[in-house]
Amino acid sequence: MSKNAASNATTKVSPFVLLIIILTLVLSLTALIIALSMFSAPAPDYNAVITAGWLTLIGALGLVISTYVLLQARRRTQEKIATPPTLTTVECTKCGFKNVREFQRGDYIFKEAEKCEKCGNPTQIAAIYREVKEGHKERYRF
Amino acid sequence: MNLLLAFTSLQNGLMQFPTDIQTILSLVFYLVFILFIFYGQRIQMYVMIREVEGSLYRLKYIKDEGRKTAVETIKEIGKPQTDPTARVDRFLEYFTIAPQNLDPAGIVWKLEHILDIRDDRLKDEVKLMAPAANETQTNNLENTLEAAMALNYIYKIIRHFYLLGKKTLSLYVIMQLQMILPLIMREAEAYASALKAFAYGQPIGDGAGALVAAKLMHGHEIRKLPKDCVGATVQIEGRTAFVIKAEGPGGNVGKPGDAIKTVIDENGGKINMVIMIDAAMKLEGEGVGEVAEGVGAAIGGPGVDQFKIEDSILEYHIPINAVIIKEDIGDAVSPMRKEIYESVDKAIERMKQLILERTKEGDKVIIAGIGNTIGVAQ
Repeated sequence: MSKNAASNATTKVSPFVLLIIILTLVLSLTALIIALSMFSAPAPDYNAVITAGWLTLIGALGLVISTYVLLQARRRTQEKIATPPTLTTVECTKCGFKNVREFQRGDYIFKEAEKCEKCGNPTQIAAIYREVKEGHKERYRF
Repeated sequence: MNLLLAFTSLQNGLMQFPTDIQTILSLVFYLVFILFIFYGQRIQMYVMIREVEGSLYRLKYIKDEGRKTAVETIKEIGKPQTDPTARVDRFLEYFTIAPQNLDPAGIVWKLEHILDIRDDRLKDEVKLMAPAANETQTNNLENTLEAAMALNYIYKIIRHFYLLGKKTLSLYVIMQLQMILPLIMREAEAYASALKAFAYGQPIGDGAGALVAAKLMHGHEIRKLPKDCVGATVQIEGRTAFVIKAEGPGGNVGKPGDAIKTVIDENGGKINMVIMIDAAMKLEGEGVGEVAEGVGAAIGGPGVDQFKIEDSILEYHIPINAVIIKEDIGDAVSPMRKEIYESVDKAIERMKQLILERTKEGDKVIIAGIGNTIGVAQ
């Protein structure tokens, strides 16, 4: 099952499309190399410069477009479900000492937990939560 | 020097296109113009189809992950003798037919009956799949499977309309799908993050109401109430408060309607106020964990419990108040956010203020913490 899911997620770009992208990339690079060699010729004539200019334009365009398509396809294949870490706060019932650790399977609020690091008395899980770090927060007027 | 000359020549050359290139360019322009006149809508449709296809890939991935998580959790916790995959696949295809509403009289009881049968059936299936799981784990597994079921359903519906749109080449089918897709994807992502929470038994945002009740009743004598609920009698500001919540820490919402009715009947209707605390859907622009207050039965779901609560309070003319903690769909089913956890104390303060303002010393109050109590004991 997991193999199926993984293959479904990674074979979204068909080999044919991938071939076209790579072909475009190769042709664009070739065009750029030819253009560069024409520019660096000892005495380029007017027509050669024009041709080299067009080759540069076409090569650069091809390079940008194929790279963009390739990156987009790569990004879409890297599917994953984001799961932010969940934290458990353990609190001593006697001295009130708090300890925050990663959530462990079987934890629940009000469950008796490990002994207090400070006084050795029994502790209790006081909170289980996840912290969401807001990255780029859009600002709205309202 | 050579390069400078080449650059100047190139600049001049590009500015003055040769006539044949100019002709080709104008021909291409006309061709594109004509193409867009006749095939513009079709091109637009293909772009939309591609967009829907991209989301469908993501949905398929999420759905497969849901199934995988469910199977792995069952294997890990339930220790089944045989591979549960086939049974999980069958479970994911379960459906419930809502009662006929041509004659709506008595539909609530019919709906309740159907939902009870569904719940029992799902629980039995989970017990068969995971024989080694205890009560709490069975409830958590049931919730995990229900999340996987929801993802499977969303995927199938979107796939149906995508294929229908492709087959009929109907712009309107595809357009409707493409327009609603961002909202559906949000819901699917929410269920995807719920999977881990249910599988590990972590408290979820929806459990904010249950956590309020748990904090109030913790350390007091707990008694069982119908159905799958617990209650405790707590003294708050000189008033007697009957605190009710679903029985935790397994994933469970209980039947607060039945529990509230039982407590009202036990006290012969002499209850001065009912306060319901629940997580509620926030609007865009509102903050996560904002606490608001109002009147009415704050409870979601299919409506059976809301109906029962309204029916019970109407019989004795008991005022009902609600305190809500705001969150969006993603926060409601995923592991509880810190903001929501912190708002629980604010909700308790608001509730105490409400009791002080609206009741007298010696009065009796019912406080019901509504929501899925997964990861929250009492």
